[in-house]
Amino acid sequence: MAEVAKNNINFKSDLQVTSVNVSENEKQKALDVLQNTTLPTTRVEAWKYTRVAKLGKIDFVNEKATISDISNYVIDDTKCSFVFINGHFSKGNSSQEIPAGVTITLLSEINAPLSKSSLTIEDEVFNAMNTAHLTGGLKIDITSNALVEIPIQIIHILKGDSTISNFKTIVNAGKSSQADLIQGFFSESGESNFCNSTSEINVAENAVLRIDKIQYESEKSFHISTEQVKQDKNSNFRINTFTLNGGLVRNNLNIDVNGQNCETHLNGAYLLKNKQHVDNHSVVDHKVANCESHELYKGVIDDRSTAVFNGKVFVRPNAQKINAFQSNGNLLLSDSATINSKPELEIYADDVKCSHGSTTGQLDEEAIFYLRARGLSERSARHLMVSAFIGDVLDKITNANIKTYTRRLLNDRFGWEF
Amino acid sequence: MITINDLHAKIEDKEILKGLSLEVKAGEVHAIMGPNGAGKSTLASVLAGREDYEVTAGSVSFVGEDLLELSTEERAWAGLFLAFQYPVEIPGVSNINFLRTAINETREKKDLDPISAKDFMAMVREKSALVELDAKLASRSVNEGFSGGEKKRNEIFQMAMLAPKLSILDETDSGLDIDALRIVASGVNKLKNENNATIIITHYQRLLDYIVPDFVHVLFDGKIVKTGGKELAIELEEKGYDWIKEEIAQ
Repeated sequence: MAEVAKNNINFKSDLQVTSVNVSENEKQKALDVLQNTTLPTTRVEAWKYTRVAKLGKIDFVNEKATISDISNYVIDDTKCSFVFINGHFSKGNSSQEIPAGVTITLLSEINAPLSKSSLTIEDEVFNAMNTAHLTGGLKIDITSNALVEIPIQIIHILKGDSTISNFKTIVNAGKSSQADLIQGFFSESGESNFCNSTSEINVAENAVLRIDKIQYESEKSFHISTEQVKQDKNSNFRINTFTLNGGLVRNNLNIDVNGQNCETHLNGAYLLKNKQHVDNHSVVDHKVANCESHELYKGVIDDRSTAVFNGKVFVRPNAQKINAFQSNGNLLLSDSATINSKPELEIYADDVKCSHGSTTGQLDEEAIFYLRARGLSERSARHLMVSAFIGDVLDKITNANIKTYTRRLLNDRFGWEF
Repeated sequence: MITINDLHAKIEDKEILKGLSLEVKAGEVHAIMGPNGAGKSTLASVLAGREDYEVTAGSVSFVGEDLLELSTEERAWAGLFLAFQYPVEIPGVSNINFLRTAINETREKKDLDPISAKDFMAMVREKSALVELDAKLASRSVNEGFSGGEKKRNEIFQMAMLAPKLSILDETDSGLDIDALRIVASGVNKLKNENNATIIITHYQRLLDYIVPDFVHVLFDGKIVKTGGKELAIELEEKGYDWIKEEIAQ
């Protein structure tokens, strides 16, 4: 029985401390943080535009649940697909043909304590919560030199009111390996449910790891993701984050580029309507020389929804010859839509090539008139303009199945054909 | 084809068209000339359905329909085409993809099947040759990075693709060098037949050497004040508009 409700965090007192074998030390540290730290308010710089106070008012529960038909959530028909419902592994919905060179272990089945987490727990309430109340997850080890032929798919589905899932993915991409990972986050039913997901990703020397992440929870769901990525020399890491639904979504993407000659690609698309709130925070930390990073995030924001983009690039002293490019574009479709965009560069080296930019605009009404005057309906004209805007970032998806699936979601949710 | 009767229109409380009447029949080419601020481009905008303008009186009948009741796209579907004075650049939107959508939406309204990819591409080749528009330009983003002449040729290319009943060319000749002007004019001439009509809005008589109008109208202070044959354009070019103002004053 855990005591975790002293301040503005008001979780149900019978929310179990994790049964996953997290080291006693880390678990205790996390519990202490939960005891002594409040939920961040908008006075905290990193949470300036994102209010999470609501999370403190919900009596969260975690229960196992079943879903008989998950076909709507299958992004790719890969034979290596792991499905979790409320953080618990759903064997019946998964297909566990593990490709050669890959070992996948459920966190709930690991006997020895998990290796030390790379997540920051101090002052990080959500990481602490994830550690102390870890529901489940998986660990993916890719052996050196393995060329993983099929994508590894992880599907997480929330079901039920006030359900919390503290979910974790650990990926160790071995030296000179290459693999593709798909992460999908969905909500089957329920209000005020919350997926608090963390990923610890290590990309070893000369490895290539590509992640496509699709977030499509409901407008009544909360989602907070923290990805802690470490890149060793000569590695190549790419993550595409597509947020197509979700009530309140916060993505923290932290990349430590620890070795030389690395490539890092961060792409993101967020499409919001009604009262959604989506916040993407990224940090790329270039600690050493001769690396490049490319970041492209684009948002389409409608109705009364709000998006936040905060991208930070550090270039540390002596990290010379860094090429770091960051771009954030936003299209506001309504007068009540809001974007808070803050690209940041902190450069402590002198021989680097870095740029960042942020644009915000509305659809060009003159262009829409032009298209309509040629015989496009107003609806088609607007869709065409939106797809022209967001098209280049959607094209960053290289897997055709994911592309098709994403288009389907966009059509389902926004009625847009791309 | 189109009958405009006593048309009044304003923008932001400023009345621009003050009782304009004009009738254009199939097979005819009409030129509308007039000094700056007379209302030439306003007429084009009102006919195309630009929402900034408010029609306060009058009527426009186009192929038997009340044009003013139709949305911009419905006017296009009915066969009205406006070649823009300032064609818009639309980054990311492919010229031919959007045209294909436009053609198919128009066909859908007429209960026709969508045009096949093969027929469409054949049409693109044929029509782009008409205005000597590089096929590569035809498939690029709409007008993005096009020169002034290329933009205007692209307008006529689109006109050729859409085969409208009535084309309104709004200062299509302005700023064109003589070669581009010839190409544009020859494109328009080739598209002309007894079933369609053209309204040419221009400042300069020069275009009318290449596209010979059946009627020339002088638009002044929101009204058509004088109508004549092609020789009227030559007279305007030589004498300017002051004599017309004097005529009206009398």
